[in-house]
Amino acid sequence: MAVAAGQLTAEAPRATTQEIDDRRLGIVGAGKLGTTLARAAVAAGYDVAISGSGPSDDIALTIDVLAPGAHAATTNEVAGHADVIVLAVPTHRFRELQPDLFADKVLIDATNYWPPVDGDDPELADAPEGTSTIVQQHFPSARLVKSLNQLGYHQLEENQLPHGAPNRIAIGAAGDDQLAVRTVMRLLEHLGFDPVDAGPLKNGVALEPDGSPIATTYNAEQLAERIPR
Amino acid sequence: MIATLEFGLDTFVPLTVDDAGLPIDGDQVIRNTVEEAVLAEAVGIDSFNIGEHYRPEFMDSAGHVILAAIAGRTDRIRLGTAVTVLSTRDPVRLYTEFATLDAVSKGRAQLIVGRGSAVESFPLFGFDLADYEELYEEKLDLLVRLLREQPVTWSGRFRPPLTNQVVSPPIATGHIPTWVGVGGSPQSVVRAARFGLPLMLAIIGGRPERFAPYVELYKRALEEHGQPKLPVGLHTLGFVAATDEEAVRIQWPYYKEQFERAAEERGWRPPTYEQFLAEVDHGSMYVGSPETVARRIAEVVRTLDLSRFHLHYAIGRIPHEQRMAMIDLFGREVIPRARELLAATPEPDTTLAAGGRS
Repeated sequence: MAVAAGQLTAEAPRATTQEIDDRRLGIVGAGKLGTTLARAAVAAGYDVAISGSGPSDDIALTIDVLAPGAHAATTNEVAGHADVIVLAVPTHRFRELQPDLFADKVLIDATNYWPPVDGDDPELADAPEGTSTIVQQHFPSARLVKSLNQLGYHQLEENQLPHGAPNRIAIGAAGDDQLAVRTVMRLLEHLGFDPVDAGPLKNGVALEPDGSPIATTYNAEQLAERIPR
Repeated sequence: MIATLEFGLDTFVPLTVDDAGLPIDGDQVIRNTVEEAVLAEAVGIDSFNIGEHYRPEFMDSAGHVILAAIAGRTDRIRLGTAVTVLSTRDPVRLYTEFATLDAVSKGRAQLIVGRGSAVESFPLFGFDLADYEELYEEKLDLLVRLLREQPVTWSGRFRPPLTNQVVSPPIATGHIPTWVGVGGSPQSVVRAARFGLPLMLAIIGGRPERFAPYVELYKRALEEHGQPKLPVGLHTLGFVAATDEEAVRIQWPYYKEQFERAAEERGWRPPTYEQFLAEVDHGSMYVGSPETVARRIAEVVRTLDLSRFHLHYAIGRIPHEQRMAMIDLFGREVIPRARELLAATPEPDTTLAAGGRS
């Protein structure tokens, strides 16, 4: 069951006349997280396009083996393929992407700042309202939602449960655009997790992992308690 | 691949305690490790492989020196790394060290190159983590050239160029087996295939069978890159004692201690006993009696179609005496029993492992 996180400030949703097509999903990043997410999304019935860095033949082969049913594409093609895009790259690499690439798209920031991979990055390390606010600044026209960053990649696949199952693992979604957040919550539901509305993007700090090699998981009630009101 | 299945022991040369629970000095730990390798040869284990870390709790910062000492005390066991942190090493120096080890050991040197689990070497030796990918590709390229085709003419971004360079000593057998250690990133798997190097999977948590698709990816990538069929190995964690209960009873407190220390430093929640037992039951802790461990090894060898199984033995500060007892059991009981179980069954069913795709 989705649980709301208390009173949200009344922010006007981003103006759009377009309905969000959430039968399609784009994924930028074909590493462990991206390929696992692609596989899970294909199994949940999504039309998935995914891009990665490296020779396109290698990416196509990787997708063919690890996420059959998803199609490998360039990042530009992925951005055009769907209204909902997941950023699944090492965090610091968001800076390599054009700021207007995801204009008006729901952009799910699934990344976590992780110094062994990102290196020493003061901007990300110091972000007082969470790393997703930094990502939003880089993509000002995107409708950022921080989500899908809380679990280890293998947990996304192994810990899915059907709707209504007791102690379903909860995943939070934090964003300033109400419609975008609700769209992401539907995706989380389809992937087999209890979605929790975590409020505005700056609440994303509460969703950031503590760095432990084994991700701590929460059910919906427990996660809702961790969100600032 | 099963016919040539090899078993190895891997260690980071951790500081240990004595059987009264008091810490032992690092230099003694290094000498104890040499004894452990000598015993490993005596009980028929195929290789002994040392990691590379720059941390206060691991004494493996110059593993090649320890391997050379082991070479002087043994005749047959292969001597390797688990892993060489290639990005922050100079390939020319790495070649000189291991070509020399190969010479003193009469052809027993081997390498696994990879990222390793720690990153201290980057700031220590003046490298930027953000350059990791480029550093790794460039150095792997140079290392492979030095191993395969001297004299070498080469240039890159991170070290001075080479022009018709010969680096001594030559490798008598003409070949040092060099594998790529991979933690599960698809890109690394494909890279190993592109370079035509065998693949060593490091699986230190979770169900090993979830890596079956990565083995399939590796095999397909080899084909796509016009490479021959190459072997796959597994590096994973474990401890063996006479019974399952005794193995868990010995290993758990040291596992707990090691992770609790890290958790305290960094604000994590440490793993629970239940999580540990789950890993022991079906995850990546091969902890138990010889029969239990042999069965789990046979199963994973089949599932992942392995040619090498490397056990990172005894996690944490387990005393030297218990490590020796464990090595004895591993060589004399676990390995023969695993081979027996594998011989009794048909070839690995890789169609199952790859989710029904042949």
